[in-house]
Amino acid sequence: MKSFKNHISLVIALVSILFSLQIFTIVDRSINAYKENLAKNYSLVVVSQKTLQPKELTNKITALSSVEQLSPDGIIKKLNTGISKKNIELLKITLPKFYKFKLKRYPTPAELQKIKKELLAYPYITKVETFSNTHDTTYKLLLLFKNVISVLAISILLVTILLIFKELRIWQFKHNERMNIMGLFGAPTWLRSAVLFRLSIVDAFIAFAVSFVIFSYFSSSPWVKEQFANIGISIVIFDRVYDSMIMLGVSMTVSILLASFIVLGHKEEV
Amino acid sequence: MDKVIIAQNLSLAYSKDETIINKANFSIDSGSFVFITGASGSGKSTLLKSLYGVLKPIEGSLVVGGVELKGVSNAKLNFLRKHLGIVFQDYKLVKEWTIEKNIMLPLIINGYEKSITQSQVDSLLKHVRLQHQVGKYPLELSGGEQQRVAMARALAHNPILILADEPTGNLDDYSSQLIWNLLEGANEQLKTTVIVVTHHIPETMKVDYKHYHIEFGEVHEVI
Repeated sequence: MKSFKNHISLVIALVSILFSLQIFTIVDRSINAYKENLAKNYSLVVVSQKTLQPKELTNKITALSSVEQLSPDGIIKKLNTGISKKNIELLKITLPKFYKFKLKRYPTPAELQKIKKELLAYPYITKVETFSNTHDTTYKLLLLFKNVISVLAISILLVTILLIFKELRIWQFKHNERMNIMGLFGAPTWLRSAVLFRLSIVDAFIAFAVSFVIFSYFSSSPWVKEQFANIGISIVIFDRVYDSMIMLGVSMTVSILLASFIVLGHKEEV
Repeated sequence: MDKVIIAQNLSLAYSKDETIINKANFSIDSGSFVFITGASGSGKSTLLKSLYGVLKPIEGSLVVGGVELKGVSNAKLNFLRKHLGIVFQDYKLVKEWTIEKNIMLPLIINGYEKSITQSQVDSLLKHVRLQHQVGKYPLELSGGEQQRVAMARALAHNPILILADEPTGNLDDYSSQLIWNLLEGANEQLKTTVIVVTHHIPETMKVDYKHYHIEFGEVHEVI
């Protein structure tokens, strides 16, 4: 029980840090995946008086991924009320050219304005439709969501850091006496602080293991998968190798830093 | 005879304005038994603290076991402390360790093998008559028993010098006598130098001893 109490406070603090970190990662991945989806379905419509050279445009404006000419057949079909074939061909030549521009990624409103400006700089491009109202609303909603989650994650992080500092004082008090006695018998610093480092490494590992189990369960839960499927995105919720390494690294770093602060702050009693 | 301690113009203080020991000159032979007495607050514990390097000289020189303690480095101080056995009035046992592990401490620090460590601890527990208390923690023992554990810890690694700060201050007669017997035994049989800070020198002392008295910050030998 005593040993359990020794571990629990730091383990809880470390699990909170790992939890907020992984939640932030999941949200970031979700937003990026959602942006990719949006970029796939999003395109600009450009009206030009002349036929455009797609290669030239994609070379000059790097944000563009593809340029596709829209067929005027649909419009002509609507107008086709007894017009001769020859006149239709003439009409096809005189009608402005419509293009659908795909982008490499979902742009910010500022990036979108820049692309629009660059396109309008071509003398024969007369109109660029960005559907900016819908685009801006979607983009701002995503940004708001990301910001809310970031604030939440940072708040958890701050509260946890305060908790860790409180824990640091308790540990300092608890370990000072032993370290002092060992010092009086000539124990070098590494030996005096060995127990402390061992405890902090064990706690870091426990916190990592707890977080690993939670997120492994979370990522394989059908309910969670269904929620992501409902919004049409597919992401790696928890990468058992990459995310685990990050978690273990963060947990060990925080824990060892805590122990190092105690060792550095230790002063021999006079 | 070799000198284990040499103090020359030694001054000790906790703060700049209050000198506790003022320009003391004394030396202690290796293998001797020494008592340091004085009234409460005279500076006898302060002098003892300086011998194991917790308090550094503000002036003069203090050499213990060949190590100059004025401006001593941590590495040298640790080296010296490995060869000292210290007994404190408040025992200074690690509460979360069993009594065996407390006794083992200097042996672990000095890098003794596990088998030697265990047999040494068993033998010391018999010496201090605590073999029936194996596996217990310090707070489960009486004050006298705790001091006997501290005594066993001080003797564990056959130190060159034992420093004891009022080792029998709060103890019952049985434990006090046992502590004195152990200190005398270490001095007589192992030729360990023993320095004891105390208010009263026991009348039952069997070994020859030197006596220093501290008064008004000065250290005098009582002949």
